[in-house]
Amino acid sequence: MKTMLRVNNVCKTFNPGTINEKIALNHVNLELEESDFVTVIGGNGAGKSTMLNAVAGVWPIDEGSIFIDETDVTGLPDYKRAYLIGRVFQDPMTGTAADMQIEENLALAARRGMKRGLSWNVKNADRQMFREKLATLGLGLEDRMQTKVGLLSGGQRQALTLLMATLQKPKILLLDEHTAALDPKTAKLVLDLTKEIVEENHLTTMMVTHNMRDAINIGNRLIMMDEGKVLLDVRGEEKKNLTVEDLMKKFEAASGEEFANDQALLSK
Amino acid sequence: MSLNFGNLLGALPGGIAQGIIWGFMALGVYITFRLLGTSDLTVDGSFTTGGAVTVMLVLAGVNPVVALLIAAIAGILAGTVTGFLHTVFDIPAILAGILTQFALYSINLAIMGMAANRGIPVGKYVLYVTSRNIPGSILAAGLLAAALIALLYWYFGTQHGSAMRATGCNQEMAKAQSININSMKVIGFAMANGFVALSGGLLSQYQGFADINMGRGAIVIGLAAVIIGEVLGNALLGKHLNFAGRLIFVVVGGIIYYFVIVIVLWLKLDSNYLKLLTAVVVAIFLAVPNLQAKSKTSFRLAGKRSMKSSREDA
Repeated sequence: MKTMLRVNNVCKTFNPGTINEKIALNHVNLELEESDFVTVIGGNGAGKSTMLNAVAGVWPIDEGSIFIDETDVTGLPDYKRAYLIGRVFQDPMTGTAADMQIEENLALAARRGMKRGLSWNVKNADRQMFREKLATLGLGLEDRMQTKVGLLSGGQRQALTLLMATLQKPKILLLDEHTAALDPKTAKLVLDLTKEIVEENHLTTMMVTHNMRDAINIGNRLIMMDEGKVLLDVRGEEKKNLTVEDLMKKFEAASGEEFANDQALLSK
Repeated sequence: MSLNFGNLLGALPGGIAQGIIWGFMALGVYITFRLLGTSDLTVDGSFTTGGAVTVMLVLAGVNPVVALLIAAIAGILAGTVTGFLHTVFDIPAILAGILTQFALYSINLAIMGMAANRGIPVGKYVLYVTSRNIPGSILAAGLLAAALIALLYWYFGTQHGSAMRATGCNQEMAKAQSININSMKVIGFAMANGFVALSGGLLSQYQGFADINMGRGAIVIGLAAVIIGEVLGNALLGKHLNFAGRLIFVVVGGIIYYFVIVIVLWLKLDSNYLKLLTAVVVAIFLAVPNLQAKSKTSFRLAGKRSMKSSREDA
């Protein structure tokens, strides 16, 4: 098996030397095999999103190194490593350009990591492919390709972002609580789409979630983070047999803390 | 005091010519204000730079069209400076523009040989755009405007131009799609100021001189043209207003702005108040969409509703 992501001893401290100093990542080590689907859970401030942002290259890390598909990306800013990465954000507004048409957004995503020249952005040859891909979402967007994305609902935009993130097969797909801002019904729809797309394309995926049940049911591996460290790493059969109660017990055992504070957040 | 309608009609063609000329500057403002989503105050300086470069080159015997081209390049350089100040040094865009504009005042004076204004002697040079031949000027400026609008329409439909629009619309999305937003912003500022300097160059040829203060308040006039054009375009075409239409209406906005000036002058109003009037008009048009939003939801309305319902309960 090929290692798709290697997070090697990564540290990140926010606001160092001030009263707000926060050690967000504390010597994190993590390796993802090709087509691993990892769910990431943990309390508020545990470092889940921070780890995703470190991999995405939102800011430089303080220590350690990050490899995606054997490429050292530690020194690359987000847009320079974006050719390897698909991203879906928590806020459905973040992943798409509201003032541009659906097909324009897709055309931009289709050239992720490629040179953008002076040829037409949306080509007729691509339209057919966009239409087919949009049809797989089952939202009727294939008949509204010239609609501005700003007119779509949050769920539709998130589904479109997911499509855009995977239009060019990414080496790793980063999902940062991408269903948290949606109503339960839409959240389920986007989550089902996520499973479909990931399975179909055998994508290596990291998904942060606040929903313990989703974390257990989806993917082949689960990690739990606390205070900037990976506390727990469960995979395969062991993961399948997990229950929410198990997770909470394991959390308490590993961190030596009461789970009560986070219980409300890590909804069952 | 009597108002002669013939005088007004006589003044309108000149208004059209100047309106088209300012329309080029408005196209530049449209690029930064509407497509990149920032306000670039470099333009007050780069407009004058365009005028100064053009006049000095024409005086040096350079072909007036070539002079305009070099003026545009000077504007592109000015915009690049603002772009670098903003992206490399993280200076807020508005402040970066003000810094460049401030520096350009000295540079513009130096270009004009430390004189506050320089004229082009009448009749000595062949100019395609000049107040001495208004119909010819309208034709030349109009054709150039049509060509440049076509160029912009094409560019913003390409992969590169679309990446720039995405940058202006949503930076996070742009970065996630591997777009270098900093280089996009620098190119955008450069392009916009190229248009602005071209506009300044055209105006200096039209009026026959460049003046160190010719660009003062240019940003407001540019915004006025953009906004007037948008309001008119939306009113006339509504949903059918496409990108090409928006660009055309930017120039139309410039023409209408100059019609208003012609009328104000014809009414023999004190032209000193023109800048005040322009500022008020722009402020109103910028405020209207926000006021419309507030008329639907605001603390004041919520407070009223609350008081009303508690009265009904009592």
